[in-house]
Amino acid sequence: MADLKVQIIQQLNLQEVKPEDIENDQPLFKEGLGLDSIDALELIVLLQQHHNVRIANPEDGPEIFYSVRTMAEYITAEKSKQG
Amino acid sequence: MSNTSAHITASCIIRGNTVVKNGVRVYEAPPDVTLPEFLRGLYDRYSGQYPKFHKMDLLSKLGWAAAEILLQEVPMEHYAPEDTGVILANTSSSLDTDERYAETMKEIASPALFVYTLPNIVIGEISIRHTFKGENAFFVADAFDIPFITGYVQQLLNEGTLQAAVCGWVEQYHSGYDAALYLVEKKPRNGSLPFTANEAEKLYR
Amino acid sequence: MSEQVWIAGGDVICGTGLNLAACLDAFEKMQPGMGAMQHLRSAHANTFPVAEVKAGNDELAAMAGMPAHWSRTALLSMIAAQAAWNSTGLGAVSNYRVGLVSANTVGGMDKTEHFMETYLQDTATGRLREVVHHECGSITELVADALGVRHHVSTISTACSSGANALMYGARMIRAGMLDAVIAGGTDALTRFTLNGFNTLMILDQQKCRPFDDTRTGLNLGEGAGYVVLVSDRLAEQTTAWCRLSGFANANDAYHQTASSPEGTGNFIAMQGALNMAGVQPADIGYINLHGTGTQNNDSSEGLAIVRLFNGHYPPVSSTKSFTGHTLGASGGIEAVFSAYALRHGIIYPNAQFTTPMKELPFAPVTTFSRGNALRHVMSNSFGFGGNCSSLVFSE
Repeated sequence: MADLKVQIIQQLNLQEVKPEDIENDQPLFKEGLGLDSIDALELIVLLQQHHNVRIANPEDGPEIFYSVRTMAEYITAEKSKQG
Repeated sequence: MSNTSAHITASCIIRGNTVVKNGVRVYEAPPDVTLPEFLRGLYDRYSGQYPKFHKMDLLSKLGWAAAEILLQEVPMEHYAPEDTGVILANTSSSLDTDERYAETMKEIASPALFVYTLPNIVIGEISIRHTFKGENAFFVADAFDIPFITGYVQQLLNEGTLQAAVCGWVEQYHSGYDAALYLVEKKPRNGSLPFTANEAEKLYR
Repeated sequence: MSEQVWIAGGDVICGTGLNLAACLDAFEKMQPGMGAMQHLRSAHANTFPVAEVKAGNDELAAMAGMPAHWSRTALLSMIAAQAAWNSTGLGAVSNYRVGLVSANTVGGMDKTEHFMETYLQDTATGRLREVVHHECGSITELVADALGVRHHVSTISTACSSGANALMYGARMIRAGMLDAVIAGGTDALTRFTLNGFNTLMILDQQKCRPFDDTRTGLNLGEGAGYVVLVSDRLAEQTTAWCRLSGFANANDAYHQTASSPEGTGNFIAMQGALNMAGVQPADIGYINLHGTGTQNNDSSEGLAIVRLFNGHYPPVSSTKSFTGHTLGASGGIEAVFSAYALRHGIIYPNAQFTTPMKELPFAPVTTFSRGNALRHVMSNSFGFGGNCSSLVFSE
C-alpha cells in the first residue's frame, strides 16, 4: 500500500501531501483527501497504467476508490482473476 | 453612447520572471528559474492552502496566480457573485496543454490533461477561487488588442451586465508567457486610474 | 445604433443534414444522424456512434468552393456561413459593414492529426507548432477572407457555449452601431483528440444518446457548423427577418472545470438574465431548445435550474443533440439556427430516443415533431466546460 500511495500522489499531483499523510482507511474523496471526479478518472488511468487493471463502469469508482485499502484490495482481487 | 465611468482599481503584469502590481515591482525570480518553478514560487509566496493549484496546467496557473496577486487586499465581498465577470484573451489558446494531452493519447489519454485543453478553463479556475459568476468570454487573437478588450468591458459595464471585471491577457506556450490582468470597477479605490485603453497600455508596457 | 437585433437568416451543416432543409426533414421523419464512423479513423470506431457530416473532405471542398487542403473545421464553417448569408437575400457582402464572429474549440486539429501520423514516425520531418498554430488560429480568418468579410473578424473559444457567445458578441456590435450585419455562430469537426478526451471523461454513450432520459449514460459527439445572420433595424427593413434576438446572458457556474453544479446555478443565472433582457416572464417562453447533452450531470443540473426558474410553467422542451450529437463549439450556432427558425415557423422539434422521464424532474421532453405552434418567444441553452453558461431568447 505504500507504493500505491506514492503512485496516487504522483498521478494526482498532490504536491503538498506526503505518503505518510494518507492513512490506509482514510476516505480519498470529499472530506478525506478532497479529490474530485477528474481525480477519480485519473485513478482509473493509474490502475490501468501501473497495475494493468481496468474499470469499465465508472459507477464502480466510489466503492473501489473509497480508500487506499479498498483500492489495494481491488487490485489484488483483479490480479488473482487474471491469474 | 456615453460611457459609464469606470476605473482600473488594480493591475498585475507578470513577465520575465517578474511581477509588477499596480505599477510597482513586487516579486522577481532569477532568469534561470523555469516557468513551473516560478509559478510555484508565486503560489508559495501569495497563496498556499489551495492544493488544486498543483493540478492546473501552466496557462491556468499563470492566470490564477495573476488574479490572486491582483485581488490581494482588494475586498470584493460587497459584490453579488454575478456582478463580477472575467474577460480574457490570448494568442496560443490552450496549445501547450493540447500538445501534452496529445502525447498521452499514444498510450492512455489523460483526463486531467484533457480538461485543460480549452483556453477558458483558466476563467473557470479564477471564477471558482473568487466566486465570480458574472459574464465571461475568452478571445483568441494575434496580439493583445488593448482597445478591443477595454472597449468590450466598457460596454458590459455600460449595459449594467457587470459591476466589476477582471480582464486582460493570459498567454503561455512552452516557456514563453505574458500575463496582464486589470481589475475594472465603476467605483474608484485609492490610487485607481481612469479605465481607458491608454492607461491600460501604459501599465502593460 | 440599433434598437433591436434581428435574425435575417441562417443555415447549418451537421450529421443530421447538409443544410437546414435536410435537417428539418430528418427531424420530421425522426432520423437522428448518429452512426458508425465513416470518415474519422479511430480505435473506437466500433464502440462509440458519432454524428458525422455525411460527406468526405473532397465533397465538402467542392460544396464550399474551397481547396481540399483546408481543415474540415474551416470547410464546414465556410459552407454554413455562406449558406446563412445567402438565405438573407441581402446580396453582396461588400455592400454592408459585415463582421464574422465564429467559435471553435478544435481548430484545425483534424489536419494536425493527419500531420502527426508522419511526424511521430520521424520527428525531424515536421514543425508541430507551425502546423497546429496555423490551422488553429486561422479558421475564422480563412472563412472571412473567402466570404469577403472585411469589417470585423473574431474567434471565441469558450468550450461548448462558444457558438452562443458568438451571437451575444455579434449582437452587441450591432447595438453599438459598429456593424450592419454579423455572421455569428460556430464550427467544429470531429477529431480523435476530442473523441479520446470525452472517452477519458467516461461521458460517451455507446448507444445513441438519450438526453433528459432517466436511462441516459452520456453524449454522442457530432460535428458541423451553424450561423445566423444578425442585422440592425435598418437592414432588417430590406429583408424578411425570421425574428429578433431579444435576450441573452452568460454566467459562470464557478463550481468545477468540467462538471456543472448539482443545482445548475450558472444555468439558472444565464436563463434568468436572458429573460430579463428580453423583458419576458418564464411563462412567455413557448419552447426551450435544451443544452441536453445526455450526460448524467448536465441534464440533471439543467433540468433542476429549469424547475427553479419556470416553477410549474414548463414549456415544451427538447434536445436536438438527440439528432445532431454534441457538436461542441458549433452547437450554440447550430441550435440558434434551429431555435430562430422554430420561432418563425411555429415548429417544435422532437427529442429522439426518449423512453423514461427523469425521476427528479416534473417535466419530460417533447417526442414528436409539430408545426403551427403559436410561439412568441423561444429559448436556447448552451453550457460549456469552464463553467461557461449561456442562454439566448428569440422573439417574434
